[in-house]
Amino acid sequence: MGSITNAFSSSIGKKLIMGITGLFLISFLVVHCFLNSFVFFDKTGVLFNEGAHFMATNWIIRAMEVVLMAGLLLHIVQGARLTFQNQAARPVKYAYNDGNANSKWYSRSMGLLGTLLLIFLIVHLSQFWVVSRFTGIPTIDANGHEDLYAVMKETFSNVWFVVLYVLSMISLGYHLLHGFASTFQTLGWNHKKYTPLIKAIGVGFSIIVPLLFAAMPVWIYLGL
Amino acid sequence: MSAINSNIPEGDVTTKWTKFKSSVALVNPSNKRTLEVIVVGSGLAGASAAATLAEMGYKVKCFCFQDSPRRAHSIAAQGGINAAKNYQNDGDSTYRLFYDTIKGGDYRSREANVYRLAEVSANIIDQCVAQGVPLAREYGGLLDNRSFGGTQVQRTFYAAGQTGQQLLLGAYSALERQIGMGKVEMFTRHEMLEVVKIDGKARGIIARNLITGELERHFGHAVVLGTGGYGNVFYLSTNAMGSNVTAAWKANKQGAFFANPCYTQIHPTCIPVSGDHQSKLTLMSESLRNDGRIWVPKKKDDTRKASEIPEDERDYYLERRYPAFGNLVPRDVASRAAKERCDAGYGVGSSKLAVYLDFKANTERYGRIEASKAGNHHPDKETCMRLGLAVIKEKYGNLFDMYAQITGENPYETPMRIYPAVHYTMGGLWVDYNLMTTVPGLYCAGEANFSDHGANRLGASALMQGLADGYFVLPYTIGQYLSKEISVKAIPTDHPAFAEAEARAKGILDHFINIKGTKSVDHFHKKLGLIMWEKCGMARNAEGLKSAIAEIQQLKKDFWSDVRVPGSADEYNPELEKAGRVADFIELGELMCMDALNREESCGGHFREEHQTEEGEALRDDENFAYVAAWENKGDGTFELHKEELKFENIKIAQRSYK
Amino acid sequence: MSTGNMNLTLKVWRQKNTQDKGKMVDYKVADISPDMSFLEMFDVLNEDLITKGDDPIVFDHDCREGICGMCSMFINGRPHGPKDAVTTCQLHMRSFKDGDTIVVEPWRAKAFPVIKDLTVDRSAFDRVIAAGGFISVNTGNAQDANNLPIPKSQADAAFEAAACIGCGACVATCKNASAMLFVSAKISQLALLPQGQPERYKRVQNMVAQMDAEGFGNCTNTGACEAECPKGISLENIARMNRDYYSAKFISEEEG
Repeated sequence: MGSITNAFSSSIGKKLIMGITGLFLISFLVVHCFLNSFVFFDKTGVLFNEGAHFMATNWIIRAMEVVLMAGLLLHIVQGARLTFQNQAARPVKYAYNDGNANSKWYSRSMGLLGTLLLIFLIVHLSQFWVVSRFTGIPTIDANGHEDLYAVMKETFSNVWFVVLYVLSMISLGYHLLHGFASTFQTLGWNHKKYTPLIKAIGVGFSIIVPLLFAAMPVWIYLGL
Repeated sequence: MSAINSNIPEGDVTTKWTKFKSSVALVNPSNKRTLEVIVVGSGLAGASAAATLAEMGYKVKCFCFQDSPRRAHSIAAQGGINAAKNYQNDGDSTYRLFYDTIKGGDYRSREANVYRLAEVSANIIDQCVAQGVPLAREYGGLLDNRSFGGTQVQRTFYAAGQTGQQLLLGAYSALERQIGMGKVEMFTRHEMLEVVKIDGKARGIIARNLITGELERHFGHAVVLGTGGYGNVFYLSTNAMGSNVTAAWKANKQGAFFANPCYTQIHPTCIPVSGDHQSKLTLMSESLRNDGRIWVPKKKDDTRKASEIPEDERDYYLERRYPAFGNLVPRDVASRAAKERCDAGYGVGSSKLAVYLDFKANTERYGRIEASKAGNHHPDKETCMRLGLAVIKEKYGNLFDMYAQITGENPYETPMRIYPAVHYTMGGLWVDYNLMTTVPGLYCAGEANFSDHGANRLGASALMQGLADGYFVLPYTIGQYLSKEISVKAIPTDHPAFAEAEARAKGILDHFINIKGTKSVDHFHKKLGLIMWEKCGMARNAEGLKSAIAEIQQLKKDFWSDVRVPGSADEYNPELEKAGRVADFIELGELMCMDALNREESCGGHFREEHQTEEGEALRDDENFAYVAAWENKGDGTFELHKEELKFENIKIAQRSYK
Repeated sequence: MSTGNMNLTLKVWRQKNTQDKGKMVDYKVADISPDMSFLEMFDVLNEDLITKGDDPIVFDHDCREGICGMCSMFINGRPHGPKDAVTTCQLHMRSFKDGDTIVVEPWRAKAFPVIKDLTVDRSAFDRVIAAGGFISVNTGNAQDANNLPIPKSQADAAFEAAACIGCGACVATCKNASAMLFVSAKISQLALLPQGQPERYKRVQNMVAQMDAEGFGNCTNTGACEAECPKGISLENIARMNRDYYSAKFISEEEG
């Protein structure tokens, strides 16, 4: 067992945790994005609220929510630790470092992008998750479900929130653009035949998912 | 003049080594643990010796001046390593490798040593493969071979153009393993400055910690020098910037004879000098001569581009002069032939000191084979060239890239320009069959000793010798000496002999700092290099050598009165390191000229213009010069010559012919 | 022969010793030939400094043909300068223009402390190798080399990983000063060969542990190391190392 516990405290072990939690968060994004996309198909919000109701009442989902929160927390804490550790590995910085010559800016800015996403998450969770789980949603829809859709409409009537959400989704896009393929590399899932495919899927995912998310507030703000 | 004993075991040459091994005195394991061996140098010879001695149980200390043992200049060897494996089924054998090496060395090496070298050559390949050295393989998974100069079989094992690197990393990993286990204590960025002798035996060294400048005393029951060659005496050579003769030279001053210093190998295929700023020369591996054809224009002072010179106006002079070996004649022959053409006015490039190495014919041939493999039996020329270039790229890619990097020209399109350059020194500390110098307990291995290559080394034999000495010879032979030392307790380093040696080293360092002259160390080094290259280089004559000796003596005076070494001796001071090395090079340079003057014959790399055939080939004088010239340093700037007669009992001595 | 007509401004890191704080110092060099190597340009500058009575700039270099791995300058924000796949010693002045300003710094990493000026201590690499970068075979124990056929593709892949020269450019350029490319190259070389199998899992655990103990950062897959490596060592090696590490820690029953 000693081998396993000390594995997680090693450099590769820490990366493993980032990779696994990252992959888990990616899978969450798929579900989240799929359900929220209901807003594009039903102006009344009934369909959307149906989905939200299912998510709020299904016990498997509720259990997974705990795991998700734990994973998110682990991803954040571990990410922060790694960032500080990595900075300490170079106590004296270069006077001139031409990072763009050999790598993408977003791959070098995962800490920064992550921090922006954390700020966004605090706002986002307090606006929806806290309301739906703890403080309660004031209205109900035609189906008798809690009207989360109304909360959404209310929130995105404020143009500043729309701007914040869109900008945050750009951060998410870049975070994923590096994170997606990076996860596979960290997990050692590297293969001459499949890696190019994984990279292509990663790029597609990093564009499509954040784009859909960003479209939602805009869609609602414009009343489409 | 006195005779020296080379301690060659009795018996037939083919059984000497086997008999030696089975009858040599052994040291029992518990005694090995108390016996300390110092190894200076961490190249192929040093690293392999240090690792093997530690594996056997000795306490080993290893020193190198670089920041890691992995950087020793063995790493730069490109082409390959010979071994009499006969994997190609082309008639190779231990005897044939032995014969080729003796003949290649122009009958100036010791039969018993060379036979042993050929005998253990096969073990080296086995050992390296077991260590995980990724030598080149064929599709069937077996090892591949290429051909090298001076032989008619394919016995050269290789790893692309980085054979030396891969072999050194193998030895380095074996050494690091012993370091990790605490059986070798490694001292990097340390330079040996003195040998310590107690009661006539080598008992340790004085080494300078290059970072702090501190002089350290280290005891050893025996000392092994694997400190490489002295090609940098020419300033410009293919050696690394730090390669130096200091360790061997200090040993010479303590009584170790220096043998055949004038035997210098000028490698025929190097990138030509481009200007006065040049700090070193870069080799293009001899393996290129497998596929490259060497030529110059038939017309004098032809200024046309290579591509504009038609086939019938090209002089493939090696193929013309030496039809049997063609472009694969030994290095000394190829170098002199290039010099002859350039001196006669047929050189190419802006300096006119270069010849072409052209891959076109073989590129096309490879292309044709590739096309044929793909089912195209009548390919056009363009297809052949395209397919052929891919083959050439796989075989020599890194060398071609290096050439392009240095010259700014694309060798895939135009022929390479090449010219001979100083590459290897066959001379070195005199050693007996056991690799022991004339100082008891002081051993010398690899390029630093003189033993196996005679007057000219064949390609791919340096790696072989370095590893043979370090892995398979020295670890056995040193036991013979150490078996008599088991009762000697480690001598404390406050012994007066250590103090004296340290004082000598300190005196020289302080002296350099205090000269406060006007010229940099490099200034003197360049001057020395020029004298050596012009008067003791590819061709030598009595008059030139005499004037060189006078010039060097003057240079020595100037150096010791006008060199400027900035900084102090108790800090990291590379200029101070260089000063010490150049001081030794100056003294060695003089001895090289003396040795060249003494040797009134031409043999291998030593070409005396007074001694040549009508066709301009080297003319040996076996009656008077079939000996090793071993020089004893008398300490007052004079040297006494000792001769070791060379006896050829297994090979008929003959005029070398590659025609 | 060369025509020296380039005039350049150099901003060079000067630091007397490990304890000294160090600073950038400006120098002018004149009449530089485009055929000079970058280090030969430094030779010219040093010659000038020595004759003027200044301390020459100390930098590591040895073979000057791109194979020993000793040279190590961080030039204009990149290890070994602007050209891909070359070491500092093989970088030639034709890669620069007359009038350029060139910033030269040492490798920067906690695990590579500066010794003096542009020279750093890379002995951490040796200690990582000593922890397991070898095959435990004593001299004299080898079988005939051809008793062990190795598929060419595998031998070639091992060779590509073994081409590492240990210069440390990967660490120097990595934003995290991570040594994973270096460490994984050695692990890969030996993991790809049949000779390396008996110690495969022990090796990866020991080498990674030593790498961590030396204070290198953690890999975040930016790919800068691969882009700057003068020998083109591939990131695939890091993935392979990760894989072997998980196998060693979670599957193999051998304790590291």
